[in-house]
Parts: sequence; structure tokens; C-alpha cells
Amino acid sequence: MKKKLDFLFAGVGGQGTILVSNILAEVGMQRGYDVKKSEVHGMSQRGGAVESHVRWGEKVYAPLVEEGCADFLLGFEALEAARWPHYMYPGTIAIVNRHRVNPPSVNLGQEEYPDEKKIEAILTEAGAKVVWVEGAAKANELGNPTLAGVVLLGALSARLDEPVEIWVKAVEDLVPAKFKDLNVKAFLAGREMA
Amino acid sequence: MKKIMSGNEAFAYGAYLAGIKFGSAYPGTPSTEIMENYSKYPGVYAEWAANEKVAADVAAGVAYAGGRAMCAMKHVGMNVAAEVLFYSSMTGTQGALVFFNADDPGMHSSQNEQDNRNYAKFARVACLEPSDSEEAKNFVKAAVEISETFDTPVIIRTTTRLSHSMGIVEMEEEPVAEAPAEPAKYVRNPAKYLMVPAFSRGRHPVIEERIIKLTEFAETTPLNRIEPGDDEIGIIVSGVVYQYAREVFPNATFLKLGMVNPLPVKMIKEFAGRVKQVVVIEELDPIIEDHVRLLGIPVRGKDVFSNIGEFSPSRIRRSAHEAGLLPGSAKPVVAVPQLPGRPPMLCPGCGHRGLFYALQRLNAAVFGDIGCYTLGGAAPLLAMQTCGCMGASVGVIQGIDRVGVKDRTVAVIGDSTFFHSGVAPLISLYYNNSPSTTIIVDNRVTAMTGHQENPGTGKTLQGAEAPIVKIDELVRGIGIKKVDIVNPYDFKNVMDTIKDHVQSQEPSVIIAQYPCVLKMRERKPAPVVDVEKCNECGNCIRIGCSPITKVDGGISINTELCNGCGFCATICSSGAISLQNKEGGIS
Repeated sequence: MKKKLDFLFAGVGGQGTILVSNILAEVGMQRGYDVKKSEVHGMSQRGGAVESHVRWGEKVYAPLVEEGCADFLLGFEALEAARWPHYMYPGTIAIVNRHRVNPPSVNLGQEEYPDEKKIEAILTEAGAKVVWVEGAAKANELGNPTLAGVVLLGALSARLDEPVEIWVKAVEDLVPAKFKDLNVKAFLAGREMA
Repeated sequence: MKKIMSGNEAFAYGAYLAGIKFGSAYPGTPSTEIMENYSKYPGVYAEWAANEKVAADVAAGVAYAGGRAMCAMKHVGMNVAAEVLFYSSMTGTQGALVFFNADDPGMHSSQNEQDNRNYAKFARVACLEPSDSEEAKNFVKAAVEISETFDTPVIIRTTTRLSHSMGIVEMEEEPVAEAPAEPAKYVRNPAKYLMVPAFSRGRHPVIEERIIKLTEFAETTPLNRIEPGDDEIGIIVSGVVYQYAREVFPNATFLKLGMVNPLPVKMIKEFAGRVKQVVVIEELDPIIEDHVRLLGIPVRGKDVFSNIGEFSPSRIRRSAHEAGLLPGSAKPVVAVPQLPGRPPMLCPGCGHRGLFYALQRLNAAVFGDIGCYTLGGAAPLLAMQTCGCMGASVGVIQGIDRVGVKDRTVAVIGDSTFFHSGVAPLISLYYNNSPSTTIIVDNRVTAMTGHQENPGTGKTLQGAEAPIVKIDELVRGIGIKKVDIVNPYDFKNVMDTIKDHVQSQEPSVIIAQYPCVLKMRERKPAPVVDVEKCNECGNCIRIGCSPITKVDGGISINTELCNGCGFCATICSSGAISLQNKEGGIS
């Protein structure tokens, strides 16, 4: 068990960041950590940016990760991942879904979507090691784009010490019953990809 | 057993455990989930009210009759319910009356960041402020006890961060199901409850005395506690900010306040005597700080920690370094690169889009209101110019038109917002014969807060069948004669109807009706673009629909995001966008 582990999630409303961060919080509790989690919803279904913080530790006070302290960044969308360099430190692992959703200004042709190199450089310069994951491609292959988050979670799980059974059980307990098997499949696929 | 719960889930659980049997609320982020979760417990009754004042009145009625009651609202909802807070403070109640009040420092989803601890002080009522989910559960029980012991309504103040953060909650034994109660006995006591001047004058000294007794209670209640540490800095703090401060100042002495009105006196003096320097860390207004200063104790507070926006551990640490409260200098700020922003927009397929595109094309002056449709003011639609509070649009347009602006002026208000506080101003507008056009955008649900039922949906909070208040009948019942119902996707008709109404010299109403596509989960195949035909007129870009992207020589539609509503095809000037039929052919 580690003294503390801080996770930051970044994505676009509708991508399932909240569900995936709930699963991560549940795994932490099952492992005996104190756990806190925070996110801001309300605007999330309208395609806005969504952030979520999950913290595991012996004792966790604040539900928010401090800047410069995120051990892991889970980017559900590439541009959204690039917004958080101030939370990175040398040692942060940024697991980023290779997936692009254009924001309004890009749709209107007013701004350019940053290319993958630029996104990677922003995070790397802040100290993070960037791991690209083909979450979107895998999810589409499994027949449902919203599975990408669980694929990312699988990739994250491979970098942590928690036994796979705890992860699978948390996925099964928290996703809608009729999509249970599909989510477990996506999770295990992500774990393989890591 | 332990469970991870959000602050709002824990409030609901706590209310259930505390024997609160009745709850009423109007949805409002970040408070909405309190009533949604509470309604699922056995043996309780919960409902959506038309607005926060009604919710609070009904709860007060329950408490007058001896029941334990709660109402829940966001901070600006308390403005609506404030009358009830003030009169119920004067009268007290028979059973417990708890106001759940959710403030929104940082304005994640609100028009302001007013600090509603002020209301507790203003109305002379007790106010509790938990700092995590476990306390959220436990403080409801404390609130019920205070309410019944001191004959006062109690406010439980939460903030967005507490309501929407999750933490571990200890599960408790389920309350024993009580035998069916006998019919409630209502005790008539006009001297206490009939607030006419003669009786009110008798009640005012009672509530002033009550606040003195509550202050004595605040000195000894375990809701307030001193956590010993070193004597360099003594921090006074409440709510979720306590959790931030604990991380930033791990060794300081703390006065952790769970009761933020009234504030203790002796306890604060004793605390100040133990430390070299007293520091108050509080979001928004300097309420605790002012109190400490009035006791003659030197204190640092707003000179270090801003009265604007939400705090975080990082922000508190930076401010503390700058003020010399922490040794050394703050870590250098990592520059966040300039990247394209991602504001929320109307969803793909949203029926509101058709209406706002028409208003944009007509260059109408649009006086708006609060709901999803406020996003009609966002780029590139830019078809709304004012939004202040629930129901404001209908009163504001009457004023605008009274001055004689009558230049394609319209009010836009949603269905739930209309029920909430649009009806009274529409009556006033009709009565005063204002030639104004009110557009009610009726998506058949309270969408912005996450699809709650309302008086127009035909369902109760629990999803049971309910009578439907029909907006057109209601409006005609007021006496308004010029009333039209349009489908916002029927673009030509929408344009013609708006033109007709803004030219008319009588009070008029347009109801733009299309159910929320997110709620209906309605989805059709994405339209197909023929780039050869595209003349780059920009119409489809101007509707602000996220799947549509400008590309070289035309546009492309992201089929994953597209909802298939086909509105872009309707307004395409060159026939370059065509709908697919179900079989995937082009129609």
C-alpha cells in the first residue's frame, strides 16, 4: 500500500468520466484506503469539459488533488488531457485516449486543434510520462464508443498493485447490469494494452 | 459497513436516519440530488415543488402540524424561499424544519456566488456546515435536535464541492419502522403562528432570546471542536475548506466549526489565548472573521484569502506563502498553455436550436432566463442578451417594451422556469396590457439539472402518474388571446410566427414545443454531406451544433456525435446536406 495516490480525470461531457472515477474510488476503498473523490457536473451533459479527482491514502482530507501532485492523469480526450500540466510532476503518468472531439472554436474554423506532438510536449515538459492508449478504437471494435473510459481504466490498473479481481468486481458492481460483460471485456482489453 | 457517498447522498441518508418524513424541493445545481436520493428511502414522502418558496411553505406546514420536514434548494433558491425562512424563524415550528441550502463558490452553475451564511444571521436561525460526507449524514440528526429543542428552523449549508464530492460513510442501523401514526393533531396557537403586527411584536423578543440560547449551545456542542497542534498559528475554519486547510497546515491548532450561526464567543476567546496568531480561512464573505474581530481579537483572514471564487488546497497554499503564513516561497506556477476552450453548448439534436437560430436570423433582442436554453446566448448563436434569475425574462421584457424599444424584442423562458416564476409576471404583463412577446421553450422536462419531472410532465418525483398543467391552457386562462404552438424544427413556420408576434400590439405567447432529445434518447442516422454542392454559406456552422466542423471547401459531420435531427439540412442554402432514411439510403 502506498501512502497516497492521486488521480486526475479529464474528458468531455458524456464520455463516462464520472462512472469510471466512481469505479476507481470503489477499488481504493476495497483495498483499505481512505478515499475521496470530487467532480463538478451540472454542465457535463452539454459537451463541456469535465474534470474529476480521485484520491487514495492512509488518511485523505481534501477531495481535490493539489497542483503538482497528480500521480496519474487519465485523459479521455487528447485536448482535455493537455489542460492539466500544472498538476503534473516528474513521475506523473499520463494515460491518454487517442481520441479527438472538436471544441466549438475549432468547428467554426477560428482555432486549431493542437496536434498529438504538441499535446504530448505540454505534458512531457511538465514532467509527465505520456502513454497513448487506443481506447476509442478498442471501444468501437467492441461496438460502443462509451467503453473507451473503461479501456483506459484497464490500462491504469496494469500500473497499480491491486489484484485484478478487485477491479473486475468493482466494474461489475458499478456499471449497468446489462452491459456488465461488455465492460469487463473492455477493462481486460485495456489491461492487456498497457 | 462502509459506503462511498456524495455529500448530497449522505444528506439524504442522514435525513432518513433522523426521522424526517417529508421533503420538498425545486431542482437546482448543486442541491438537486438531495431530494432525488431522499425520495428512494422507505417510509418517506418527497416531492418536486413548483419553486423553492412553495417547497419551503409546504415543509413549514408539515412542521406546523408536528412532522419532521425538510426542503432543499441552491443558494439563489433561498432568495425565493427567504420569506418562508423569515416567517418560520418568527413562528418556530412544532416539528423539525430543516432547510438544505447549497452555495456555489466559483459559480460552477450559477449566476452569482452569494454567501448564504448571511441568511442564517439575518433570519436569526441556526446554521450547520459539515465538512465531508460522514458529517453530512451526522449533521442532519443534529439539525433536527436543534430545531426541536430551540423551536427554530435550521439551515444546513453545503457548497458545490461538498455536495458533489464523495467520501466514505459509515452505514448505520436502519430506523425501526414506526406503527402507522394516528391522524396528526394540529394545535391552534395564533399568538405564535398568526404573524400580524400585534402577535409579531410578541414574537420578536422570543427569537432574540433564542439566538442567545443558541450561542450558549454553540460554546459546548461537539459540532464545534478544538484540534490541538503547535501554538504558532490557530486556524478557524468550517465546511470543506477545513479539509483543505488540514492538508496545507498539518501542524497548526484548529478550531473546526460545525455550527456557523450563531458563532461561539467564549470558545473563540479561549482558542485565541492558546495561539500566537489567529487566522480565519473561509470562502466568500468574512463572516467568521468579522465576528472574531468584533470580539477584539486580532485576526488575519480576507487580507490573505480572497473573497472571490472557490478555494482549493493549491490556492490556500499559494495565498498562505504569499502572506508569510507558511515558510519559504510558493512553488513556481506552471503556465497552462492557451488551448481552444470547451464551453457547454446546446446538445446535438436539441429542439431549442431551431428557435434560437430563427431569433439570430431575425436579429431579435432576446431577454432570457435560466435553463439549458440560456446556452442560446453562447457563440455562434449569440441569440440571448440578458439572464438574471428564474422568471426575470417576463418582467424584464415588459419594462423594455414599456420604454418603447419594441424592436423585435422577445422574452424566452423554459417550461419549468415558467411554472417556477414566469406565471405571475405574465399575469402582470397581461393586466398592464404590454404588447410583449413571450416565448416559452417547452422541452417537457426540467433538463438543465438532469431531467427532473415538473408540473408539465405528467409524472411525480417518484415517476408515478400526475395531472399535467397544460401551458397553452394556462396562458389562455390568464386571458391572453394570441397564443401559438410551434415545432422549433419547423423553421419557416417558426420564422413567420415570430415575425407576426413581434409586430402585434397585444400581449402574446409562442410555445416552442419539442421534447428534450437527451431525455427521449431519440436518435436518427446522421445526414450526408455532398461537398461538391456546398457553397460555404456558413448557415450550418452558425447553428452551433458540435458534430459540424468546417473543413476545406465545406463541412463535415461527425456521425458519432450527430443525433440525426436534420435541422442542418433544413437550413442548408445549397442542398448539400441530405437526410438518410432508415435503410441508409439518401432521401
